Amino acid sequence: MIARTAAAAASLALAVGAAGCLSFYEIGVETPIQAKLDVSPFSRVLVAGFVTGGSKNIDPNTETARLLRSQLRTKSDLKVIDSDVMQLADEMDRRKGTVQAPSPNDEPRIKNEQDLLAYEGIFKDAEYWKKIGAEFGMPLIITGSVLFTEVEKSGMVNKPTSFVDSQGITRYQEARTYSDLKGYALSPKFMFIDGRTGEVLYSESFHEERLYPKDQNTPALSTYFELMDSLLPSFLNTLSTQKIRGTRILLK
Amino acid sequence: MGKRLLLAAALIVATALPAYADKRSDAKAQVSFGILVAQKNLWKEAVRSWERATELDPTYPAAWNNLGIGYEQLGRFTDARKAYEKAMELDPNNTLIRNNNDQFREIYDRQNRRGGR
Repeated sequence: MIARTAAAAASLALAVGAAGCLSFYEIGVETPIQAKLDVSPFSRVLVAGFVTGGSKNIDPNTETARLLRSQLRTKSDLKVIDSDVMQLADEMDRRKGTVQAPSPNDEPRIKNEQDLLAYEGIFKDAEYWKKIGAEFGMPLIITGSVLFTEVEKSGMVNKPTSFVDSQGITRYQEARTYSDLKGYALSPKFMFIDGRTGEVLYSESFHEERLYPKDQNTPALSTYFELMDSLLPSFLNTLSTQKIRGTRILLK
Repeated sequence: MGKRLLLAAALIVATALPAYADKRSDAKAQVSFGILVAQKNLWKEAVRSWERATELDPTYPAAWNNLGIGYEQLGRFTDARKAYEKAMELDPNNTLIRNNNDQFREIYDRQNRRGGR
């Protein structure tokens, strides 16, 4: 009995000792991620406009230009140029001589990626961008394409369901059920053009989707902002150093 | 002859042990100070303390782990990677060090994937 008590006391002492030696402290860190693009030659940025298409429920050109300008104003060191948002699709139609009258039911002329391809030539036109750059004092130009499309899918989703257990208590659990979903997909391609030369310095493409139960009425604009929110950190990181917040464990 | 050898070995151990213990305790003091200043967001000072700790006792895993965190916070990613690797080499079974390293590597690898930058 004495031996057993002694052994228990010894193991307790060992455990306390070990816990005493093992000191650790959780600490918040902000790891800096370097900007993807060296923007030191520029002091100003022009969010020119985008070739856009997809859903007719929002105007992705105006919304994207407005959102990026406001983000750059607060989260980058570059001065944002205020100007009218350029209608790049109209410019391409003019060049091709295919100026279209607006359709009576406001159907967008670019409905999918295939349609978009016909308009991408404008980004390779260095002379055009050089001219735009000269007009605005050789800034960094941000342009590209934005496709915001309606999506419908069917699949398994987690749904909370309730049941009454044997003791009469209502309990909740997640059940996988088959459901019809609808929502939106956002596929932007951001292009960063040197306003002095008209050359593309960097480009990056993204794709994000948000799906909701078919009977849920979610406004297109709120989904658009939700989708853009998830892309913005990466977009901003192109131009400026971003900090990624996390925690680490310091040891003693 | 055998007794003399044993005596000599005992002497070496007896003189070396306090010196080692002194270095470890000095290193621990530096590590503690580093933690204190890091908690006040003074990361450069913290890194200096942990560098000193690793110089005093290069076999002290906690000092290397903390140094990795400090370098990470200062954006010195290559140094951070080396420090974490050293900490894991010295204490391969420490899950706290491994978790720190895993979280760092997620960011480090993403940064390095960008078009060879």
